[in-house]
Amino acid sequence: MSLLEIKKARLKLDNKNILNGVSLSVNAGEVHAIMGPNGSGKSTLSYMLSGREGYELESGEILLDGQSLSEMPADERARSGLFLAFQYPVELPGVGAMSFLREAVNSRRKFIGKEEFDHLAFVKEARKEASKMFVKDEMLKRAVNVGFSGGEKKKFEILQMAMLKPKVSILDETDSGLDVDALKIVSDGVNAQRSDDNAIVVITHYQRLLDYIVPDFVHILSDGVIIKSGGPELALEVEKNGYAGMINAA
Amino acid sequence: MVATQETIDKVKEVANTYKYGFVTELESEKAPLGLNEDIVRFISSKKNEPEWLLEWRLKAYRKWLTMKEPNWAMVNFPKINFQDIYYYSAPKVKPKLNSLDEVDPELLKTYEKLGIPIKEQEMLAGVAVDYVFDSISVATTFRDKLAKEGIIFCPISEAVQNHPDLVKKYIGSVIPMGDNYYAALNSAVFTDGSFVYVPKGVKCPMELSTYFRINEQNSGQFERTLIIVEDNSYVSYLEGCTAPQRDENQLHAAVVELVAMNDAEIKYSTVQNWYPGDKDGIGGIYNFVTKRGNCLGHRSKISWTQVETGSAITWKYPSCILRGDNSVGEFYSVAVANNFQQADTGTKMIHIGKNTKSTIISKGISAGKAQNTYRGQVQIQKNAKGSRNFTQCDSLLIGDECGAHTVPYINQHTPSARVEHEATTSKISEDQLFYCLQRGLDTEQATSLIVNGFCKEVMKELPMEFAVEAQKLIGISLEGSVG
Ligand SMILES: Nc1ncnc2c1ncn2[C@@H]1O[C@H](COP(=O)(O)OP(=O)(O)OP(=O)(O)O)[C@@H](O)[C@H]1O
Ligand SMILES: [Mg+2]
Repeated sequence: MSLLEIKKARLKLDNKNILNGVSLSVNAGEVHAIMGPNGSGKSTLSYMLSGREGYELESGEILLDGQSLSEMPADERARSGLFLAFQYPVELPGVGAMSFLREAVNSRRKFIGKEEFDHLAFVKEARKEASKMFVKDEMLKRAVNVGFSGGEKKKFEILQMAMLKPKVSILDETDSGLDVDALKIVSDGVNAQRSDDNAIVVITHYQRLLDYIVPDFVHILSDGVIIKSGGPELALEVEKNGYAGMINAA
Repeated sequence: MVATQETIDKVKEVANTYKYGFVTELESEKAPLGLNEDIVRFISSKKNEPEWLLEWRLKAYRKWLTMKEPNWAMVNFPKINFQDIYYYSAPKVKPKLNSLDEVDPELLKTYEKLGIPIKEQEMLAGVAVDYVFDSISVATTFRDKLAKEGIIFCPISEAVQNHPDLVKKYIGSVIPMGDNYYAALNSAVFTDGSFVYVPKGVKCPMELSTYFRINEQNSGQFERTLIIVEDNSYVSYLEGCTAPQRDENQLHAAVVELVAMNDAEIKYSTVQNWYPGDKDGIGGIYNFVTKRGNCLGHRSKISWTQVETGSAITWKYPSCILRGDNSVGEFYSVAVANNFQQADTGTKMIHIGKNTKSTIISKGISAGKAQNTYRGQVQIQKNAKGSRNFTQCDSLLIGDECGAHTVPYINQHTPSARVEHEATTSKISEDQLFYCLQRGLDTEQATSLIVNGFCKEVMKELPMEFAVEAQKLIGISLEGSVG
């Protein structure tokens, strides 16, 4: 069953065509990887999907678990189970990580008709998930992403994913800025989320992430269109030969 | 008396726009409209005051007549007609009450609507409440417990009767009657307010709090508060305000004086939520307040914490005179201005004694078409060797039509002193907002989180129960300002 369906998505930014008819279908239980040169529109695609202001579709359609997203505001998409791990997580000075996480998780739980966590239950749950990611309690007492190292920011993104239990997660270059050990920890964190009733889309430039998070499908995005799709071997081909050959062939 | 249908309708009508906006139907006893020497005499005689106080009031009144309204603040409003104000009104309740059953039921209802049922408040351990309704205090609780410690906490009108020497010694000692236009007016016509006296070596066992309400159309409110804390003693005082919805602007000109002796500490916290006017800028309270603390003793400390969300116009500069050596002054402020609100607020730290220290943390939030000004003065006098000040002023803008202004005045007359000033202006960025939305928070939740994050350094200075209330208030004040 298709959890995320993108049909011929077109989008302009500043009168410039950025997405030129992207189509993609992601089924429950699958992991898809999107690769592509800098500026090809990968982050734009993730913003479009998550409903960022200014990233409205010009034409095309997107469905989350069968439900059209076009008219749905960003926060409702999130509560409905769409998660974006940001390429550049945003700092929120003074906003405690733990209380931020709790508000987010409770908003989602309330939306799907689950009981909200009380303070104690939440802290327990958060600590449990945090320890799996080797995130220290001390970090959760700090303000969201403020003074977090590059690696810590990415870990915190995946921790949020683990707590929010989304249907569809888009991870935008979650591997960038991670050292070898952190890459493994974060990948393990993501893999632990893989299940038959969710789906994950990872955006990355590097095969090394896909060594850990082995995708079912790999897509190459260039100039706002998917020019090639295939299995994990496609990523190896990119690693070896770069994009030029594929782009020319397309 | 039961609430009339009109009152109930009115409450319903305003509930959406202003949570605490309603009008209580109370018969009130008023002085004639306007101000002259006879009105001053009327107020004084109503309060059964001694001759010296009447003379003091009259002197203030005559002084006031010679003064001009200040015009340096960054606020605009139509000229106030001081003859179109009632200077005295009292709800018809018995001045002495043995129990809450004797309180006018209509009044009790008012408190309930405001979410502060008295009976619950009484049970709430650790909070003594001195309610001021219009001009007369109607119920005072926990007084016995305080009396055991030798602490006096009562309406100032009562202190005038029972502790005249203390009042006479300290009233006007920090803010002279002619200090400024509004302080002079207050000195002439003040009706009531709180009086606190903590004797030597006593740590006040509970937070003292007072709820002020403005309820009478056209009735200016002129509270007067005086807090004296003797050697080695401590008190924490909370002041909170809400006001009913009115079309006409209401003037409020309070005076608060604090005196701290050797090693004494006073913590004064305010949450101010008076009617700010509607979204088109109609109505709202004019809040012209003079607050000043005198760190008279060595190693004394006075700290002001304020969360200002209400009023159409706020003109307020809680200040510290650091007279004792090694004394400490602090000012923590959050000022929120939305729609057409205008806030001009800040502090003065006057360093006189040696090694005196002051800290100023000001957080201004502007939204809508509001203007928010921080105005602060740090004065290091000649003998204040080794003194230090640190000032941090942060402004947060929500939208493109509001303004934030920072006006620091620094007068330093001692080379060995150190004065630091930091100022920032920021906006809630689209990135921050989207990040929150992407986590499932709605725009208001997101704004409230970001704004409260911005104010955190100040909020943590508030007593716990106040902090929670204040956070909610800031959220309510900014509703609809983003997105
Ligand atoms: N607001 C904007 N207005 C105009 N062009 C924009 C805007 N934002 C992004 N772009 C352009 O859109 C294109 C796609 O950008 P995007 O960030 O989606 O690329 P990307 O594939 O994520 O690249 P990278 O691998 O470097 O992260 C780029 O050419 C970028 O300059
Ligand atoms: Mg990108």
